[in-house]
Amino acid sequence: MFNSCADPATIEGLTWLLCYLTTGKHLLFYTSFGVVLLLMLITAPAALAFGFGGAMAARSHFLPLSLIGKAYTAMVRGVPDIIFFLFVPIALDQAFEYLRHKTKCPDWDQPIWQGNDFVVCAEAKLPLSSSPQWIHETYGFTLAVLAFAVVFGAFASNVIYGAMQAVPRAQMETAEAYGMSHRQSFWRILVPQMWVYALPGLSNLWMILIKATPLLFLLGVRDIVYWARELGGSKTSHFDYPHPDWRVWYFVALLFFYLLMTKLSEKVLRRITLRLSHGQATLAGEMQRKAAR
Amino acid sequence: MSCVQTIQDYALRSIGIGERLLPKGDMTLCEHVTLIGSGLIWNIYYGALALFFGFFLANAIAVAKASGNPWLRKPAEWFVFVFRGSPLFIQFFLAYETFVLLPRTGIDLHLGFTTITVATSWLSKAWAGALIVLFLNTAAYSGEIFYGALRSVPKGDIEAADAYGMSGWSRFRRVIWPTMMRLAWPAYTNEAIFLFHATTLVYFSGFPAFQQKGDALYYATYFASKTFNPFVAYPVIAAYFIVLTLSIIGLFGVVNRYLNRHLPKERRSRIRLRPQIIR
Repeated sequence: MFNSCADPATIEGLTWLLCYLTTGKHLLFYTSFGVVLLLMLITAPAALAFGFGGAMAARSHFLPLSLIGKAYTAMVRGVPDIIFFLFVPIALDQAFEYLRHKTKCPDWDQPIWQGNDFVVCAEAKLPLSSSPQWIHETYGFTLAVLAFAVVFGAFASNVIYGAMQAVPRAQMETAEAYGMSHRQSFWRILVPQMWVYALPGLSNLWMILIKATPLLFLLGVRDIVYWARELGGSKTSHFDYPHPDWRVWYFVALLFFYLLMTKLSEKVLRRITLRLSHGQATLAGEMQRKAAR
Repeated sequence: MSCVQTIQDYALRSIGIGERLLPKGDMTLCEHVTLIGSGLIWNIYYGALALFFGFFLANAIAVAKASGNPWLRKPAEWFVFVFRGSPLFIQFFLAYETFVLLPRTGIDLHLGFTTITVATSWLSKAWAGALIVLFLNTAAYSGEIFYGALRSVPKGDIEAADAYGMSGWSRFRRVIWPTMMRLAWPAYTNEAIFLFHATTLVYFSGFPAFQQKGDALYYATYFASKTFNPFVAYPVIAAYFIVLTLSIIGLFGVVNRYLNRHLPKERRSRIRLRPQIIR
């Protein structure tokens, strides 16, 4: 990166460290922090949408829909989430390829499950084997995001369902007394009021989401854990910057990154809670009203 | 190969008894169920021991965190923050890398008059290293639960204890601690469940499985990667964990009833499963 780093063998001390920390691979390591943040920023709204859908389905008066919603909500309770993180991407990948296979190669006569192999025709492969590397990486990342959204959507739908139940019954009765339809009272009364009840659970989920991001590594995405292992491993003198096993230091850095994220999120979430309590028929809202007077 | 034969070969495979080679070729449902079930031994080992030892440390942490002495309170607060604020995944990695760096021959401790060598190689093995991490982790999470319960012990109970002339240790042992346990128990049940779920991470992060002796998830991923069919292995392990979760709820429910036995029926706290404290 710098001109002075042209020959790493001749430099030492702080300059060496500075050059070492700005190598191309280290820059990739720094961008992978961005990948983690990107994952969180995409997953959070997606999971919220899944969760909202799940909660709405669970509340539905149409029995099959409500059963599906309830099953989705209960799905994550008894089973470790990591199993879902392993299962969902493979299952989705095979489902996509199976569907593409059925539409693109209707005259394929061999079975798809051949012993221990899952075989689809070449045109149905996702992504196509001819596509460039970045498409493969994006596809992997998309599957990871979907897996996160499905699992955290189930958590979120649990929270949101509870929050919808927690809105005081009197509020809904008032809406009915004003002559609002079922749909109107849901969107105008229930949804705006439920957030304050959902917030403790959702902020908990956000913390869990932060701590679940290293699982990206398991899904084959080149995230911070991948690079920490890659860069920290001992380098012999064949490398430009030889060093012993430094993985511990890289993982200490990751630990600090996560602690920092936790601390920051706690601060932000406290402010949001304060803001959402404004004008609500809860203890916190009442305290704000009295303080303002 | 019959299913009885499979069970004989693989039921204790995860602790090194039975057939050495893992199944190959066409894998039957029986092999899935037996081998994954054998892996569950390790999940129960980690979960049960970490929970048992963690319980004592968690009590100490809760008391230290509620103490007025900053020399006790600050370390407890930091301990809880570090272990609750970072992913268990990273904790496993970090612990493993640290344990591996320790000298293989052991550390010489100079005590002045004599030198003793502390063996350290066992720390980098999963059975010890991962257990230590899980122990500290669950201690931090349950310490926070116990601390919350300690702060919500009713004022009247403590005043009543004072009126009886109790103080110090006897007041804590006879009045505060039982109430704290009773209040914390439903949340602690959740913590226990998610600790057992977290044990699946052991062989996934850092700690290698020696001679393919792994936990339930280790074998499930083995099957899934060999057959390329996730629709058998993962439902099998999911079923095992649902059974495990239900037995934990049953077991902790017995204790919960014991803790609440003096209360009128409608005031007893029920255990509700809330997926809130996954690491």
